[in-house]
Amino acid sequence: MSGQLGFVLRRVALTIPTLLVMSIVVFLIIRLVPGDPVRTMLGFRATDANVAELRHQLGLDQSLVSQYGVWLGKLLRGDLGRDIVSHAPLSELLAQRLPVTFELTGLSMLLAVAVGVPLGVWAAVGGKAIRRLTEGFVIFGIAIPDFWLGIMLVLIFTGLLAVLPPSGYTPFRKDPLGNLRYMTLPVLTLAVGEAAYILRTTRGAVTAVLGRPFVTFLRAKGIGPRRILFGHVLRNAGPQVVTVIGIQVGVLLGGAIIIETLFALPGVGRLVVTGINQRNYPTVQVGVLAIATIFIVVSLITDLIVGWLDPRVADGAGT
Amino acid sequence: MSAGWTVNRLTLAGLGVLAVLGLIAAAAPWVAPYDPETMDVMGVLGAPSLAHPFGLDVLGRDVLSRVLYSLRVSLMVSLSAVAVATILAVPLGLLAGYFGAWVDTAISRTLDMLLVLPAMLLAITLIAILGPGSAVAAMAIAMIYLPILARVMRTSTLVVTGNDYVAGSRARGASHWRVLVAHVAPNAMGPVVVQASVLSAFALQLEAGLSFLGLGTQPPTPSLGGMLADGRDVLIQAPWVEVFPGLAIVIAVLAFTLLGEGLRRVFDPRGVAE
Repeated sequence: MSGQLGFVLRRVALTIPTLLVMSIVVFLIIRLVPGDPVRTMLGFRATDANVAELRHQLGLDQSLVSQYGVWLGKLLRGDLGRDIVSHAPLSELLAQRLPVTFELTGLSMLLAVAVGVPLGVWAAVGGKAIRRLTEGFVIFGIAIPDFWLGIMLVLIFTGLLAVLPPSGYTPFRKDPLGNLRYMTLPVLTLAVGEAAYILRTTRGAVTAVLGRPFVTFLRAKGIGPRRILFGHVLRNAGPQVVTVIGIQVGVLLGGAIIIETLFALPGVGRLVVTGINQRNYPTVQVGVLAIATIFIVVSLITDLIVGWLDPRVADGAGT
Repeated sequence: MSAGWTVNRLTLAGLGVLAVLGLIAAAAPWVAPYDPETMDVMGVLGAPSLAHPFGLDVLGRDVLSRVLYSLRVSLMVSLSAVAVATILAVPLGLLAGYFGAWVDTAISRTLDMLLVLPAMLLAITLIAILGPGSAVAAMAIAMIYLPILARVMRTSTLVVTGNDYVAGSRARGASHWRVLVAHVAPNAMGPVVVQASVLSAFALQLEAGLSFLGLGTQPPTPSLGGMLADGRDVLIQAPWVEVFPGLAIVIAVLAFTLLGEGLRRVFDPRGVAE
C-alpha cells in the first residue's frame, strides 16, 4: 500500500517541473516575437506614450527573470491580465470559454470510448466479418482529416437532410436541447478519429492478452469464454487502453482548436486562433496556458489510473 | 537483399499512388488546365463540367488547377518538415542510444520539453511567436516530430548496440565514430524510415489544418487547407469547392499510411516505430 501512495506522490511531484517548463514556454511567447511585440500589437498608429504604457502594463520594461516572477505570481493569484482588444479581464473570458471546450472534448471522448472500446473487444474475439469492418473504420477514421469530415457532415446533415444547424452555439443552461443540437456535429467530427484509435488499441491489447498462457490455463480449467473475457482479459488489457485514451486527450484538445473554428464554437481554441490573427498576445498566452494545463492534469490522472489498475506500474516494474 | 524483403501489394499501392501524386504535383504548371489565380467572373461557383471537371470556386477559379497547385505546396511543406525532423533526430537518437548515461539524459530530457504541449498546440504556439506562413508551419511540424523520431532512433540504436558485432568492432580497436557510422547507424535506420513515412501522413493533415485556420500557407498561394477555408461559407450551394481538396488530402494520407505499414513489415519487424 505504501508503494501505491509513494507512486501517487512521485507522480504528482513530477507534474510540478512539467508545469514550470510549460509556464516558461507560455511566458516566452510574447518575449520571443521578432521585433517589438508591443508595436506589433498596437499597430502603426500607436503613439510612443501608448506603446510605453502597454509595455509597462505587460511588465516588458523589466529584466526577464523579474518579469517571469511577477507574471507567475499574478497567475497564481488568479490575475490573468486583460485582453488588449476588448479590455475584458482574461479570467472572465476564460470562464466563459472553458465550459464550451470541456463540453466539446468531454462528449467527444465519451462517444469515442463508448464506440471504440466495445468494437475493439468485439474485433478481437469476433469473426472475420467484424474484423474486416473495423479495419476499414480504423483506416478511414485515421486518414480523414477531422475538419474535412466535419465539412462533409455539415453537407449531409445540414445541406441534404436539413436536420442540424451548420454552426453556432447556445449555452447548455439557457437551452439544453438547442445546445445539444449545435454540439452534435462538432462532437461527432472529433469522436470518429478518436474512436478509430481507441478501437485499434483495444483490439491490439485484448488480442495480446488472449494469447497469454494464463488464458489458456483458464480455458483448460473449463471457465466459460464470457467469464474469461469480462473477468480476466479486459482487466489486463485495461491499462494499455487507458494510457492511449490519456494520450488521445492531447490530440483531442488540438483537434478542438480547429473544430471550434470550423463550427464557430466560442471555446478556448477559437480564442487562441483569433488571438493570433489579432496579435493579441496576452490572450494567446492565457489560452495556450489553459489548454496545456488541462493536458498535463489529464496525463497525471491517466497515469494514476494506470498505476491503480496495474500495481506493477506503481511499483516501478514497468519503467 | 535478405529473405525479409518481400515486396507486398500494400507498399506497392501506396508507393504507386504517391508517385502519381508527386508527379502531378511537380508537373502542376504543365498539367493544370488553367492558371490557379485566374478568375472567371462569369463562372463564379460554376458546377463541374467538361471544361472544369472539379467546378469553379468563390472567385471563379478552376478548382482542379488549384487542387494540383495546392498538392504541390502541401507535399512540399509536409515532406520538408519530416525531412528536417529526421535529419535532426537521427544523430540525436544515435548519440543518446549509443553512449547512454548523461548524454542520453541530456538529450532525452531536452527533447521531452517539446512534449509538454499537445502537438497542435505546440505548432500554434510557434506560429503565434513567428507569425503565420508555410516555412513557419513546416518548422512547427518538424518540432512536433523531432522528439518522436529521436525516441525511435534511440530505441533502435539501443537494440543494435547490444549486438555482438558492435562489441567486436570496438574490441578490434575501431573508434566510437567508426562504429557509429559504419555499424550502428545503418542497422538502426529501419524503424526511423518507417516512422517518418507514417508521420508524413499526419504532417499532411497538420499542414492542411494549420492552413485551414489561416496560420499555415498564406493566400494567394493555393493550399488544400486554405481552399477548404475559402469554400466553407458556400459549402451547401457549391459542395465541389470543399469535396475535391479534401479528397486529395485523404488519398495522399492513405497512400503514406499504406507505404508506412508496408515498410514496417520489412524494416521494423521488432516494432520499434510507434
